[in-house]
Amino acid sequence: MQLITPDAGLLFWMVVIFGLLFFLLWKFGFPIITDMVEKRNATIEQSLKDAHQVEAQMAGMLAEHAQMLEDARKEQAQILREAADTRNKLIADAKEQAREEAAKILADARTEIEAEKEAALRDVRKEVAVLSVSIAEKILRKELSEDKEQREYIDRMVEETVREQAQS
Amino acid sequence: MIWSLLISLLLFWQIPSPAAQVRNDTDPVIPSEAKESQQEEEVDVAGIIFEHIGDEYEWHILTWGDKHVVLHLPVIVHSSTGWHVFSSKHLEHGESYEGLVIDPEKGKIVEVDSGKRPFDISITKNVLSLMISSLLLLVIILCTARWYKKHDVLNEAPTGIAALVEPLVMMVHDMARENIGEEDYRKYSPYLCMAFLFILLNNFMGILPFFPGGANLTGNIAITLVLALCTFFTVNLTGTRHYYKEIFNPDVPLFLKPIMPVIEVFSALMKPVSLTIRLFANMLAGHIMILSVVCVIFIMAKYGPVLTGSMSVVSVLFGLFLDALECLVAFIQAYVFTTLSSIYIGLARAHGE
Repeated sequence: MQLITPDAGLLFWMVVIFGLLFFLLWKFGFPIITDMVEKRNATIEQSLKDAHQVEAQMAGMLAEHAQMLEDARKEQAQILREAADTRNKLIADAKEQAREEAAKILADARTEIEAEKEAALRDVRKEVAVLSVSIAEKILRKELSEDKEQREYIDRMVEETVREQAQS
Repeated sequence: MIWSLLISLLLFWQIPSPAAQVRNDTDPVIPSEAKESQQEEEVDVAGIIFEHIGDEYEWHILTWGDKHVVLHLPVIVHSSTGWHVFSSKHLEHGESYEGLVIDPEKGKIVEVDSGKRPFDISITKNVLSLMISSLLLLVIILCTARWYKKHDVLNEAPTGIAALVEPLVMMVHDMARENIGEEDYRKYSPYLCMAFLFILLNNFMGILPFFPGGANLTGNIAITLVLALCTFFTVNLTGTRHYYKEIFNPDVPLFLKPIMPVIEVFSALMKPVSLTIRLFANMLAGHIMILSVVCVIFIMAKYGPVLTGSMSVVSVLFGLFLDALECLVAFIQAYVFTTLSSIYIGLARAHGE
């Protein structure tokens, strides 16, 4: 029976000591510990959240980086292709121009040759006319003498004229 | 590692103490206890057990050969002749002093003339143990709090005492949040932490068989009663309107209306009783079991060396098992008390929808 009867003295001391202990620990003990730990937990949570965010950002940046590389590569290919096109075009143009130029030169040369020929023909025709006239003159002068002599005379005249012509 | 060390200490210490007692009882040279009977006598198992689990005016620390190391504690008594404060040394062996004597049956101080119990607030074994463990708890918690003040908690992991205390405190703190609710668990968390650590520390101190442990504090009904009453008053003095409405005017059919308040009030009053008895009975039973198993060795002492030796091995193994079990129970009971307290508080903080 004594075991299950609470003793007054012990009750008294328990109330006093437990009360005092509770007051001291409530004032200076537990709240400090729990507040600090909760603060730390909050910081850890925040840090984790931040880390996740940074990770996501990093992933985004990586994707962006890859995208940029891809773009650069495309641009490079584009530029190269354009350069090749330009080169081909230039060469083709140059060829075309050269061909045209050559054709033009040929045409010019041909016209000139034609003109020269024309001029030469004209000169020859003029020479022949003059020659014919002078021959005719000489023939007419000789006719009045002898036949044989006439012929010799004409030949001599022609020879003369040709020589004259050559000399002049 | 720590457990095995603790348990080996327990075994090492628990055995010599009753052994010394038996030796004294049978030793003809020692006059004090041996005077009562000179013959070989039965080991008084009940006496040994009740001496260990009960309260005393002195603290018998150790018997070394024929020397007793006893702490005589101060007696503080208000009898019909006024206040008396003196050392319990004067009351040893049934002597009377200043008109007071220890009743051999109850083990409490009574007045010689009338046999009445005076108002007795002596520093008994349990009170001293309570003071020591409270001081220890105070030092532990204040050291931890100091650690948190001195260190940058955001950049440092807890070390030393803080690393030991923090998980326990945060376990109770989280339990409070879970059971009481986000809104006002902070108000109750210090009480729950306090109750948990107080019970835990005293449970372990009780298992510790040598000074300053060994007092059966949480197995004493006065201690558990005060703890349970603290929970009771916390619950019922801070209950919400909704909580009281549930007790006195619950939403039940009309014919149940007069019965429900009776049941609810009874259940509210039974809660601290169950808390008291649960903790007290569990710890007391653990102490009695361990002491009984150890006493088997001394009961067997007269049946010859073979039986004594073999039974000692069995007792030691059983004692080891029970000590390990008690370490578990010490934690579980502290946890259960705190959990139930927080649940009761949580129920009283309920808000109606």
